[in-house]
Amino acid sequence: MSSEANDIDRLVNRRYEHGFVTDIESESLPPGLDEGVIRAISARKNEPEFMLEWRLKAYRHWLTLNEPNWAHVSYTPIDYQEISYFSAPKSDADRPKSLDEVDPKLLETYDKLGIPLHERARLAGVAVDAVFDSVSVATTFKDKLSEAGVIFCPFSEAVVNHPELVRKYLGSVVPYRDNFFATLNTAVFSDGSFVYIPKGVRCPMELSTYFRINAANTGQFERTLIIADEGSYVSYLEGCTAPMRDENQLHAAVVELVALKDAEIKYSTVQNWYPGDEEGKGGIFNFVTKRGDCRGDNAKISWTQVETGSAITWKYPSCILRGDNSVGEFYSVAVANNMQQADTGTKMIHIGKNTKSTIVSKGISAGKAQNAYRGLVRVMPQAANARNHTQCDSLLIGKQCGAHTFPYIETRNSSAQIEHEATTSKISADQLFYCRQRGISEEDAVNMIVNGFCKEVFKELPMEFAVEAQALLNVSLEGAVG
Amino acid sequence: MSIMLEIENLQASIDDTPILRGLSLKVGAGEVHAIMGPNGSGKSTLAQVIAGHEDYRVTDGSVLFDGENLLDLAPEERARKGIFLGFQYPVEIPGVNNAYLLKAAVNARRTYQGQDEIDAFEFLKLAREKMSLLDMDPGFLNRGVNEGFSGGEKKRNEILQMALLEPRLAILDETDSGLDIDALKAVAKGVNALRDPQRSIVLVTHYQRLLDYIVPDYVHVLSKGRIVRSGDKSLALELEARGYDWVQEAVSA
Repeated sequence: MSSEANDIDRLVNRRYEHGFVTDIESESLPPGLDEGVIRAISARKNEPEFMLEWRLKAYRHWLTLNEPNWAHVSYTPIDYQEISYFSAPKSDADRPKSLDEVDPKLLETYDKLGIPLHERARLAGVAVDAVFDSVSVATTFKDKLSEAGVIFCPFSEAVVNHPELVRKYLGSVVPYRDNFFATLNTAVFSDGSFVYIPKGVRCPMELSTYFRINAANTGQFERTLIIADEGSYVSYLEGCTAPMRDENQLHAAVVELVALKDAEIKYSTVQNWYPGDEEGKGGIFNFVTKRGDCRGDNAKISWTQVETGSAITWKYPSCILRGDNSVGEFYSVAVANNMQQADTGTKMIHIGKNTKSTIVSKGISAGKAQNAYRGLVRVMPQAANARNHTQCDSLLIGKQCGAHTFPYIETRNSSAQIEHEATTSKISADQLFYCRQRGISEEDAVNMIVNGFCKEVFKELPMEFAVEAQALLNVSLEGAVG
Repeated sequence: MSIMLEIENLQASIDDTPILRGLSLKVGAGEVHAIMGPNGSGKSTLAQVIAGHEDYRVTDGSVLFDGENLLDLAPEERARKGIFLGFQYPVEIPGVNNAYLLKAAVNARRTYQGQDEIDAFEFLKLAREKMSLLDMDPGFLNRGVNEGFSGGEKKRNEILQMALLEPRLAILDETDSGLDIDALKAVAKGVNALRDPQRSIVLVTHYQRLLDYIVPDYVHVLSKGRIVRSGDKSLALELEARGYDWVQEAVSA
């Protein structure tokens, strides 16, 4: 009896009994967030002191913040003490043993997307033999990259192996005080990607192929830092068209891009997290902070995103156009179907002279979904001859969905030229009947119309991704009509 | 001569308002029929019902195509069987390339017929061929479907689609409306080139002008959802001379 009580006591108090040392050794931390958890994460990653301090500063600041509520989305409040902030990848025993054990619906989707067979197992979380053919491919890529001097590694590795670069650039674009979710990410992020392209180097490959094969379970608080040194170029592809198995509901990633003088970063995202069922149950909350800094003259940062997943998307990939003649671009397709909610857009902050930004946003709403574009174009007083062109189009499918546009324009320099165009259109019954009368099925007709609507954005995607994105859109809108 | 389309006592309504009230019509293979009638007589409704527009409810009667009941089929299935509707008001589909839609349509038909799909090169070759027939600028193909087309261009685009799809039964709904004389001649030339012993054409028109250029085998006059008079080409001329009131009076008398 008393020993049983002792056992319970011990279990309850285990976290405190051994300080955080035991937790560091264990695979996962129990739910909850306090300074101890942050120290444990940092220690688990063998981080240098400056990282821990930075995390703690963020955590203390986060405690003073309230969750933002200005976005056009609604959800039940998140209990931040119920989340486990560190968990090691699942052991093979917990995973499906083969594709036979995977939900047939998921497999059907892979089929529709044309995902190669060898990738399906990995995506579905099947325990696969470590020695499968992609390993050698990955090694080849790695050799090629290191020959060029490109650093591309997990974030936690960069912290240990390249602390000087991390220290110099981390938080320099998205400071730890930036916003509720970014601050939380700063305190607790577990891993992510780090990229450094040296001066004058054109990265010899899209950093996608490698990523797609090698992507590990990056977890819900992902941190990405990409630095393009002077005169360099890199194209980075994030995400995957295939729906990934994931049990974390809250995702709060931070991506920082730094483009120095004459450098160019092209960052493409395809986001297809689980959107929840038709009633919206169980979908991912995606609260992401993405920002790029054109820190030198003639720098260029281009964001392209295809957002089809998640129950809630809250995301504004932005550009700070600090260098003279720097260029910022944002191309976006955001799809919201069923009960999905998306509030997404960009910020273009013009600081340097002759800076130029382009925004093309295509929002598609179907079912009962709500889709909002929110964008800011700010021209600072010193930004002579700044130019912006914004084109913001919404497409509605059905009668119960909504499209909203919130453009903010702030100009403090009279030489600025800002253009904003917005349209809202509907897929009409007449359009569908016309296509069907030509022998095209209703579903194909919707796909055709939607793809036509998104064409301008798709052409910005790297080729292989563009084809996949198109297929993805078709799958995302399945059953949207009729 | 074999009967291609056989309509028997067709009754159809929209929003519970009866439009077709017992219409019967037989169209043989290779024949050209003109359906004429005043506004509101049900001409366009007939075209839409044959094509399968879901806003119209068929309350009685039958429509057989090659002896098969059409009314159970979805619009795309009817199209794949070879029924083509040239729309009175072709809809604009911004962003969708005209060539893309045309190729998808051609391939939907081919797949249904058990033929291989044609690729972009073959399609372009075919499309250019048909376009020269209609005196159309090849630039047409790269524009959005009907996007910013003039009235004449839209109608020509319909005929181009007909030429590419090679339907067995083409129903042309007021293809002549809004066309100037040159455009009308071009469209008529295209349609005449598509006349074939295996292809039937139903021209729905308000005016006899079109029939000077596409000469029908039969003319039917529609009034209040029924065919009230049938004849040959001379009926159209008589109508032109005496007006629709003449037929309506004759019927009620």
